[in-house]
Amino acid sequence: MWIFYSQAASADEDLVRLQVSEPFIELHTGPGRGFPVFHVVERHDWIDILKRRTDWFRVRTEDGKEGWAYIEQMEQTLALPGKRTEFAQVKQEDFLQRSYEFGAMAGDFEGAAMMTIYAGINMSRNLSAELELSQASGTFSNSFLLSANILSNPFPHWRVSPFFSLGGGVLRNEPKGTFVQSQATEDATASVGFGFRAYLTRRFVFRAEAKEVVTFIDEKNNGEFFEWKAGFSFFF
Amino acid sequence: MEGRVFILFLMRWRNVLSTSALLLMLTMPLLAVAQEAQSPLAPTDAPIIEPEVERKEIIDAKIDTEDFEVGFFGGMYSTEDFGTNSVIGATFAYHVTEDFFFQLAAGETETQPSSVERLGFFDILNDDERTLQYYNLSLGYNILPGEAFVTSNWAFYTAFYLIGGIGNTHFAGQDNFTINFGAGFRFVATDWMALHVDMRDHIFDLDILGEELTTHNLELTMGLTFFF
Repeated sequence: MWIFYSQAASADEDLVRLQVSEPFIELHTGPGRGFPVFHVVERHDWIDILKRRTDWFRVRTEDGKEGWAYIEQMEQTLALPGKRTEFAQVKQEDFLQRSYEFGAMAGDFEGAAMMTIYAGINMSRNLSAELELSQASGTFSNSFLLSANILSNPFPHWRVSPFFSLGGGVLRNEPKGTFVQSQATEDATASVGFGFRAYLTRRFVFRAEAKEVVTFIDEKNNGEFFEWKAGFSFFF
Repeated sequence: MEGRVFILFLMRWRNVLSTSALLLMLTMPLLAVAQEAQSPLAPTDAPIIEPEVERKEIIDAKIDTEDFEVGFFGGMYSTEDFGTNSVIGATFAYHVTEDFFFQLAAGETETQPSSVERLGFFDILNDDERTLQYYNLSLGYNILPGEAFVTSNWAFYTAFYLIGGIGNTHFAGQDNFTINFGAGFRFVATDWMALHVDMRDHIFDLDILGEELTTHNLELTMGLTFFF
């Protein structure tokens, strides 16, 4: 792939400069499909790429006109003869190659509204480790759950890909409400869960999971909690 | 005797599920690894893919991508029965496409005595409990993108967006799960800076006098954000 960088006298910045190789590309007044086309760059003309916002590129023509061009047109019309240009678009294949995953989910923790944030690292296509922090606000108490989980991902190639999780952590329970007077408690927990990830678009993944959480209150008593949650994650 | 054990076994179905899940967890990766090993990549695949990766890196590394937006805001927050007060906060947004964005926001406001306290019966909250803090994660949709014209040659692009999400409100010594929704207007003043006007309803259940009430807390803010 041959790219000619800007060598024009006027441009002191190090911009990407490309030539239009198909009949024309359209310049819109703003970075969106609804903005009107105010200029057309013709074949053999050169343009500089100033910046990119989502799938729109702000470009400058040789005579100084600036406008926004859509990625599909940029790819079809810009390059040296016979060579098409390709810009980074995050695709499902990149999801398989991800190293890190971050996300937020909401759901239910034994009747209390639950919110979770988590960060994960992919050790292989089938295995990842995650650290997750949840807050559950119930009528009588407020719980914080911090846990470390191992996720097993048996079918990473599926668009909707199931996973199993095993985890351990700490549950902190704080009573709330004006008339409830009691102490906050902290207990160790263990959990087992099942869920799935569904690749949506770009860096985004939909994720839903259910978990059985056991807390070790003392030698004789265990607490059992069922939680489910769903949300979005993004990956890098 | 055995029948009883079986019934007990059935009653503990959740444990059974957990056990099966565990077994699956342990065996599935092995199966998957075995599958991968059985389908080696054809050697001709490699040269076709490699140049594409290289050329993407060359082009995209040179282009300034601005999909993130960070900013701060100030305005009014009306806490139901606790007065309307100034609010300040910060936002961080990621624009996924030209239509959708995710936004993290956090804000803080003071509150005034409620009607019960003003009538002089008793104080419900101490000073610490009077401060309201919230955070939320919302999904926004640019429903009406457009342009604002100052003169015939001078225009700014704008967007009217709908936004809604979930979060938490810390008030009266309690954490309360909060749903928010509203709408806003984004005025992109320069390529890297935008002005926002945002109207939001924060809905949460508050239990202060021993009775849980759903409260609607309206917020009107103006903000300044920067793309990077």
